[in-house]
Amino acid sequence: MLARLHQMLIKEFLQVFRDKRSRFLLIVPPIVQMLIFGYAATFEIRHVPIAVLDLDHSQESRELVARFTASRTFEVRARLEHHRQIAELIDRGEVILTVQLHPGFAQRLRKGQTAPVQVILDGTNSNTALIALGYVNRIADRFARDYQRDRLRRTAPLTVAQTPTVELERRPWFNPDLRSRWFFIPGIIGSLTLVMVVNLTAFSIVRERELGTLEQIMVTPIRRSEFILGKTLPYFLIGLADAALIALVGTLWFQVPFRGELWVLFLGTVLFLLSMLGVGLFISTISATQQQAMVTAFFFLMPAITISGFGSPISSMPEALQYISYADPLRYFLVVLRGVYLKGVGLEVLWAQMAMMAVIGVTLLTISVLRFHKSLD
Amino acid sequence: MNQNASSVVVESLVKRFGDFTAVDHVSFETRRGEIFGFLGPNGAGKSTTIRMLCGLLQPTSGRAQVAGFDVARQPDAVRQRIGYMSQKFSLYNDLRVGENLRFFAGLYNVDSEVLSERIHWALEMAGLAGREAALTGTLASGWKQRLALGCAVLHRPPILFLDEPTSGVDPISRRQFWDLIHRMAAEGVTVFVTTHYMDEAEYCNRLALIHRGQLVALGTPTELKQRQMKGELLLVEAEPLARAIEVLSSAPGVLDAAVFGNALHLVVPQAAPAIPALRRYLEERGLRVARLEAIEPTLEDVFVSLTSGRAEPGPEGN
Repeated sequence: MLARLHQMLIKEFLQVFRDKRSRFLLIVPPIVQMLIFGYAATFEIRHVPIAVLDLDHSQESRELVARFTASRTFEVRARLEHHRQIAELIDRGEVILTVQLHPGFAQRLRKGQTAPVQVILDGTNSNTALIALGYVNRIADRFARDYQRDRLRRTAPLTVAQTPTVELERRPWFNPDLRSRWFFIPGIIGSLTLVMVVNLTAFSIVRERELGTLEQIMVTPIRRSEFILGKTLPYFLIGLADAALIALVGTLWFQVPFRGELWVLFLGTVLFLLSMLGVGLFISTISATQQQAMVTAFFFLMPAITISGFGSPISSMPEALQYISYADPLRYFLVVLRGVYLKGVGLEVLWAQMAMMAVIGVTLLTISVLRFHKSLD
Repeated sequence: MNQNASSVVVESLVKRFGDFTAVDHVSFETRRGEIFGFLGPNGAGKSTTIRMLCGLLQPTSGRAQVAGFDVARQPDAVRQRIGYMSQKFSLYNDLRVGENLRFFAGLYNVDSEVLSERIHWALEMAGLAGREAALTGTLASGWKQRLALGCAVLHRPPILFLDEPTSGVDPISRRQFWDLIHRMAAEGVTVFVTTHYMDEAEYCNRLALIHRGQLVALGTPTELKQRQMKGELLLVEAEPLARAIEVLSSAPGVLDAAVFGNALHLVVPQAAPAIPALRRYLEERGLRVARLEAIEPTLEDVFVSLTSGRAEPGPEGN
């Protein structure tokens, strides 16, 4: 048993590490992808290009505009003269938002009336638009409050201290600065590992089927279990090494804090890899060619990442999708990753996730092993 | 090695794929140390039969025993006792010659004491001594094929299955390959080989002719040529050829007519009286007869004679 498995492992590793290209493909793309995703995947917005149309030309209007200019969130690209200029700028995507101050803005403020500020924004990217709008709101609010306070100070200095306000005290746990990168990096570790391992496993058996070497192996006395172990163990180890590599980049380069214990993450990764090998193996049992395997893997990978809670929270998805996501191993692995990295929690919290990954992994592997026959029928 | 350990016994073997019957009640037995040829056109059911005998396909019905074990019920016992070379080259192109040999030796549990001796033997046999470090993919097809044979017999199987072993190999390598096959058979290995090359079939000790999944004749090449012909064989060279075959197909006493290159082969009950009669018959109809003589039948003649009147071969099944 061990002798034949040993031969399978030697052969598999020789094939994987023989040529420079496949060695390169195992090491460099995961790191590069980690770097790209790490920088690109973010909810934060900075330097949003905007334009300002100040038709009031008052001290007040200039002060409000100055607050936009000073903000790190916005970059004032153009000061307009006429509202007809707005459409063109937004159409061409040069700005995503315009702030328009009508004549009489200052006059209304001085009279203690509501002074409207019109914001026209490009809603194509609803997420960016929403966040930008939030910042506009905050600037306008702050301006209004400061204006009111100034006015009071001048007219009735004694009442300033009595103005009631509600102050929000923000204390975000685990991620005090609410950096979206801290949220994304653990997710990227999970997703990259998912893609690597499913593809490697699915292709390794289908390639042999396509080349005809599978037929040659099936006429030897090798047992089904020896063959499958020989085909999955190398990719399990490679997956583990790649996950470690990506996680190191996340920790050392992006400085995402690692607050939990390494062995908890290790256990979670092992269980996650188990279910991914099951998926890869399953794909290889239903695909006759590498092309079929590629299409099938793609069909699995995209939804698996989308409904895992990688980007948008599972709780905002339709109920049906939420149920489907219970079968998605990445869903559990993401909880483990974020839990270990950011919250520093251990098995006392993550045991259910671990158990679910184990159940899915064992089920998929069992089905795939049963589906794999040493025959061509 | 007893008789049972090196024999293949097939009884009424059937394989159907949906509505298509690839192998239709085939029965035969092989003897120890013989080269048993399975001859037939592409799609006749040769590969399907060999794959059932190797345990790669489940028979639909019938029984096959290889080395004394039932292929459907004890495929693993069968696998340890056979060597198999598939039609397609199926070693690892990205492994070195030595790595391929060690890999297959390992899968067959070749004893570590004899391992290096067996690998040395296989390298010598394949003419690859000193080239263990060459990447298999860089070898020419003749060497690849002998390396594949080497990998298939590292564990000294008493029975060897070769599925179209020489397809795509140059004539000299083919000749060398058959020399190897004969040497192994002389050592007592039973060799089961499929081919659609008629000249290669002559190298076999016994031949089974298979057509549309059915076994149509079985015997030594000589027996087949003598017994299976329904009469005697004539060679005709006449101008124009197309008209000649048309005329001769309906000529009295002609059992069968087939084109062979630029000549015709005719089957007649008796050659001696037919020669002058047919010459007259052709000349009366304005054809010029260049040659008309009795010849020894080849296996191709036998095959054509046995399969004429049967329907065209089925779809490619290989």
